[in-house]
Amino acid sequence: MIEKSARELTREAEFVAFRAGGLEFCINIMSVREIRGWTPATAIPRAPSYIRGVINLRGVVLPIVDLGVRLGLPGTEPTARHVIIVAQVGERAAGLLVDSVSDILSLEDTSIQPTPDVASQLARMFVRGVIAMDGRMISVITMDNVLPAGMELDAA
Amino acid sequence: MDPMAEIRLTFFQECEEQLTALENGLLAMQEGESDSETVNAVFRAVHSIKGGAGAFKLDALVSFAHVFETALDKVRSGQLVPEAEAMKLFLRAADALADLVSASRDGAVADTAPYAGIEEEFNALIGGGGAAAEDDEFAGLDFQPIVTAFAEPATARNSYHIRFRPLRDLYAKANEPLALFRELGRLGTLEAQCDIKNLPFLDTFEPEDSYLSWQLTLDTENPIAAVKEIFDFVEGDCDLVIAPASTEASAPPLQEMDITAILRKVREEAPAIAAVTAAAPAADADSAPRAKAVVQPTIRVDLDRVDRLINLVGELVINQAMLTQRVLHSSHVRDREVTSSLEELERLTREIQESVMAIRAQPVRPLFQRMSRIVREVADATAKDVRLRTEGEATEVDKTVVELLADPLTHMIRNAVDHGLESPEQRSALGKPPEGTVRLAAAHRSGRVIIEVSDDGQGINRPKVLQKAIANGLVPPDAQLSDSEIDNLLFLPGFSTASSVSNISGRGVGMDVVKRSIQALGGRISISSAPGQGSTFTLSLPLTLAVLDGIVVTVDEQVFVIPLTAIVETVKHEPSRIHHLGDHSFVLRVRDVLVPLVDVGAELGVRAPASDLRSGVAILIETANGTRSALLVDNIQDQRQVVIKSLETNYMRVDGIAAATILGDGRVAMILDVDALVGPRHHEWNPAEIPLAKAS
Repeated sequence: MIEKSARELTREAEFVAFRAGGLEFCINIMSVREIRGWTPATAIPRAPSYIRGVINLRGVVLPIVDLGVRLGLPGTEPTARHVIIVAQVGERAAGLLVDSVSDILSLEDTSIQPTPDVASQLARMFVRGVIAMDGRMISVITMDNVLPAGMELDAA
Repeated sequence: MDPMAEIRLTFFQECEEQLTALENGLLAMQEGESDSETVNAVFRAVHSIKGGAGAFKLDALVSFAHVFETALDKVRSGQLVPEAEAMKLFLRAADALADLVSASRDGAVADTAPYAGIEEEFNALIGGGGAAAEDDEFAGLDFQPIVTAFAEPATARNSYHIRFRPLRDLYAKANEPLALFRELGRLGTLEAQCDIKNLPFLDTFEPEDSYLSWQLTLDTENPIAAVKEIFDFVEGDCDLVIAPASTEASAPPLQEMDITAILRKVREEAPAIAAVTAAAPAADADSAPRAKAVVQPTIRVDLDRVDRLINLVGELVINQAMLTQRVLHSSHVRDREVTSSLEELERLTREIQESVMAIRAQPVRPLFQRMSRIVREVADATAKDVRLRTEGEATEVDKTVVELLADPLTHMIRNAVDHGLESPEQRSALGKPPEGTVRLAAAHRSGRVIIEVSDDGQGINRPKVLQKAIANGLVPPDAQLSDSEIDNLLFLPGFSTASSVSNISGRGVGMDVVKRSIQALGGRISISSAPGQGSTFTLSLPLTLAVLDGIVVTVDEQVFVIPLTAIVETVKHEPSRIHHLGDHSFVLRVRDVLVPLVDVGAELGVRAPASDLRSGVAILIETANGTRSALLVDNIQDQRQVVIKSLETNYMRVDGIAAATILGDGRVAMILDVDALVGPRHHEWNPAEIPLAKAS
């Protein structure tokens, strides 16, 4: 996985910080392919509730995950102000629907603390650790489990 | 990849081409074309494979190719006239050579016994064995004495005048005159004179052009064929005249002229000959094999690059459609120049798309050639005399379609020979020629490819088919079926016409598998048959798998695409035709037939199942296994060609959805998988239980 590369363990890595469902998250910049505005998605039949549908990303059919819903937070009704973070998940790409992107953080690996025990089972699936910074708490998201489980089996 | 492995890969790729050329040539010879060009092409193919195999130390391949080559050389030199039996042996040897090549590619040759058998037959054919393992060191050269048409005994010393002028291409292909002369020198005493009078002054000197020519005199015990063979690999890349200096009989017009006069004459005529060769393809069909020597330059391209290009162009098409739509919808621009530029852009985009699609298009010829091998094998196994006639081999189809057609076509060809054709005795008794004919034809028709497999055998035995269907419980015993309905029973799962399972076609796969694989390609299959005259299976296939014809429908404001191949007709929606079966199940009466009515919205979970279906349009569809159902949608918007986009690349398979596409407004739409939509709930429903009205 990208997050576990040797470079990251020893040196600084950059993270894209964003807000979703009223909370702050960040994701390793190496797994972000691009950031774009919201465009209406086409619903996929029989999809889990956190799959917003698919959009056309320059000819590629890209599934959109509503990160808030995925984390058990209330869902968002997307507007043109919402943002899609296009991220790489193994061999696949997926878009994360988030409220806004706030900044880029340069972090040393040691500044990431383990996820506190109080976190829900659901959150533990996606949160690799937390960062305390200027009185904010930012959860480091890992993309591994963001997409439906069946997909990982397919990818294997 | 290490360089050697890469060269090896290239060698095997080229082997494929040589094998194709070999089979082409042999089939042409079987058809009675015995001109030296055809025979030489066949010989060269085996020779090149042998040469390459020697370089890679593929001993089994070398020794088999050598025996094959020796026999072919006898044909080339006129010592052996290939009769029908010999041609069959040659064709079988070509098959065996192909097997050996692929066995060598995949590793080791496990069992050489079948090849040894053919080698022995060759030795019997050319009268005497022991030809093998003679010239390992120079795999590319053949030193066997060959009796030629000349009056002298083979051991007499011959003298040849050789006029050799390399063309630019010879050097471009990394050939080296000196190496050729060295080989000539091995044959006997060689005198060479270089002619430098064409050398230009330095100001016009082109470093890559060819200016030198040579006049060679060779004294040798070898026949002229051995001399010619040295120039085998530079043929076409040089002006070459080989004339026996001492033989009068072989070259009567040369009698009174000295060699320089001849050469002058040849040089004068050479451009004219070249012009004739160039004009040959257009001139007449008989010289077609000759024209093959003039090969269009080609390059090998990684398939991924082509596919990436196709994807990009697909994107361009969508983008162009979006741009046009946006500009024309924005109220402030109605500029005529803008409009015409947009039209021009559209035309260009379509043209680019077609050209790019054409890169993936391949002629069906290699596929048809594989079939000729299948015919030979099945004919041998069933002791039938079969001739395969192919038509339209140049018809081009998408590479993937060609590849995926191989299995169903093999099955149909096997069926045609095994079940379709009668034995030679039966045929003779019926007054038919003992040799049966299987015809394989391809053609383009209204944007699709039509492939026909027909035989002149006994036709479908309808009483037997019906009896069998009844015995298998596929039709009720008292069913009254029309001829074409009986024929179509062959496509039902669990049906096989062979009374006993034979090792040819009775492999547990029936025509239903064929039908399913054709449908998976977006194609359709139909059958027609006349008792005693034969049967014809007709496949209709899309030209490409990248696009699909479909109708665009809406369900609860969502847009879906239904593939046109599945659609039988659209049915005017009248509430009186819908019958409620309870539990949200409905049937639709189409003429006098009841078919299940599937509410697409409810089935896909777009909306809750309705308790009455009073509005919308019903679309009658036929699934892969022949059952019919009706799909209920809100509206039909459009019929159009759509670009197929995988949903699985970034997401996963969705039940009921075949793929996605991108519509003109840039939004994604789902392409319905009609089989899955109507399948699980209705699979027990059998078409034979309710006689179907024919689609009008």
